[in-house]
Amino acid sequence: MSAGASLRGKVAVVGIGESDIGDLGPDRLSIDLLGQATVEALADAGLAKDSIDGLWSNVGTTMSNLDVAEYLGLRPRYSGGAMVGGSSFVSHLYHAAVAIASGEIETALIAYGSASRAARSRLGFRRSGVSEEYSYEGPFKLMAPASQYALAAARHMYEFGTTREQIADVAVASRQWAALNPRAFTKKPLTREDVITSRIMSTPLTVRDCCLVTDGGAALVLTSAERAKDLPRPPAYVLGAGEAHWHRQISQMPDLTTTAAVDSGARAFAMAGLAPGDVDVVQLYDAFTINAILFLEDLGFCAKGEGGAFVADGGIAPGGHLPVNTNGGGISYTHPGMYGLFLMTEAVRQVRGEAPAQVPGVDVALAHGNGGYLSSQVTALFGSQATL
Amino acid sequence: MTGEPTDAPAWDLTPTATYVEGLRRGLLRFLRCDACARAFFYPRVLCPNCGSAALHWEESRGGGVVYSVTEVFPKDAEPYNICLVDVQEGFRMATTVLGATPAIGTPVRFDAESSVGDEPRPVFAIEERAS
Repeated sequence: MSAGASLRGKVAVVGIGESDIGDLGPDRLSIDLLGQATVEALADAGLAKDSIDGLWSNVGTTMSNLDVAEYLGLRPRYSGGAMVGGSSFVSHLYHAAVAIASGEIETALIAYGSASRAARSRLGFRRSGVSEEYSYEGPFKLMAPASQYALAAARHMYEFGTTREQIADVAVASRQWAALNPRAFTKKPLTREDVITSRIMSTPLTVRDCCLVTDGGAALVLTSAERAKDLPRPPAYVLGAGEAHWHRQISQMPDLTTTAAVDSGARAFAMAGLAPGDVDVVQLYDAFTINAILFLEDLGFCAKGEGGAFVADGGIAPGGHLPVNTNGGGISYTHPGMYGLFLMTEAVRQVRGEAPAQVPGVDVALAHGNGGYLSSQVTALFGSQATL
Repeated sequence: MTGEPTDAPAWDLTPTATYVEGLRRGLLRFLRCDACARAFFYPRVLCPNCGSAALHWEESRGGGVVYSVTEVFPKDAEPYNICLVDVQEGFRMATTVLGATPAIGTPVRFDAESSVGDEPRPVFAIEERAS
């Protein structure tokens, strides 16, 4: 923990941006969405692009950083970015913070763009999800990624008596938050019954338990706390970050009801010197409804097995006991292939006090990324000036 | 090369091929670590528990219990299930249980006859209770 402890408060998010999101038609390229978000993030930061000396990006290609730096006209001296699924960008934040705190770079750009919805309309859904040379899961045709998460949901229901209704309430809450967010892709009111009786994706999950498929891009500018003082927007300081991954394929997950978020969360909280009770607002990677239940347990907001009761009956909805996914999340706000950056743009907005569904008095916001099939888990804690 | 011990078991550097070859013959093979005695699946060149490369092949007796299950309903084909099965020797694997979709906790058994073929895949069936 010693190296990690040194990160607290040394680095801050000074600029955020999002492209248009939603159903943008066939002509908007992924990299154009990334570009649009980057322009907004740099303007928000009050920085010219030449101040970026470290780049972490993904645009869906095998050499994303080369494509993105070329497109943006950047000449990074530090080019990072392991692909660990949708959590990648929270991981990038952690690694970029290390690079900045160590003095290797001064300012990092983390950026993403994906025309996922357009791609879906062109290509249709593929039933795959595995890219190993030889897959031990492939022959059984999991409807990736829904089946993987469905297996976890089924096991959680079996072990803890979590009910179908409780799981549905995660989607209901996300839609209630989305109703407060003009940019949310889906605002139509949703009931428990709607969720449960919708088309089955992979039992016990229906299509309403699943995140959206949208187009969209986002970008974030990170720099030293020292430099952040001279920039126009209130810094959102990185108080803690931690990551962990234990498996890729769902059959290799040691326990389907406990994710590596137990480690990533503990590491982030230890670095920040904070506990779950100190967190004012929570952004969780809700690729599927079951995620919110698992992560609330694994991050310590409730005990293992009690996540169902925690989210039920508006527990995480507006007016509930913990504000979770205040933009509407991946289920109702946006989910362009990978959602990780959008967790952080919303966490930063909440810390700044400028979110569409602003929670009063936010000083600490948590963003938790998930990648693969409950595989990569990355947690970041952001804080206002008052937390330093 | 001289001085190589000739009686040492060979380090299998093509474990996937060995596994598939067994499956073609209706055998559910898995590796067990000589150092920590842990069984593991899928086959690799080292033990994912302790890192030892001293491993040996075993054949499963084929019994197992459903750890989790999901069912999908393709538009253009019959529904089918995907199960994670805890096999009796101490490893877990993805499979399909033929016939009725089992509940979690159901005893199942490796179905060798249904697993072989041009593209062999290890499937299970619900355990018939011999009473």
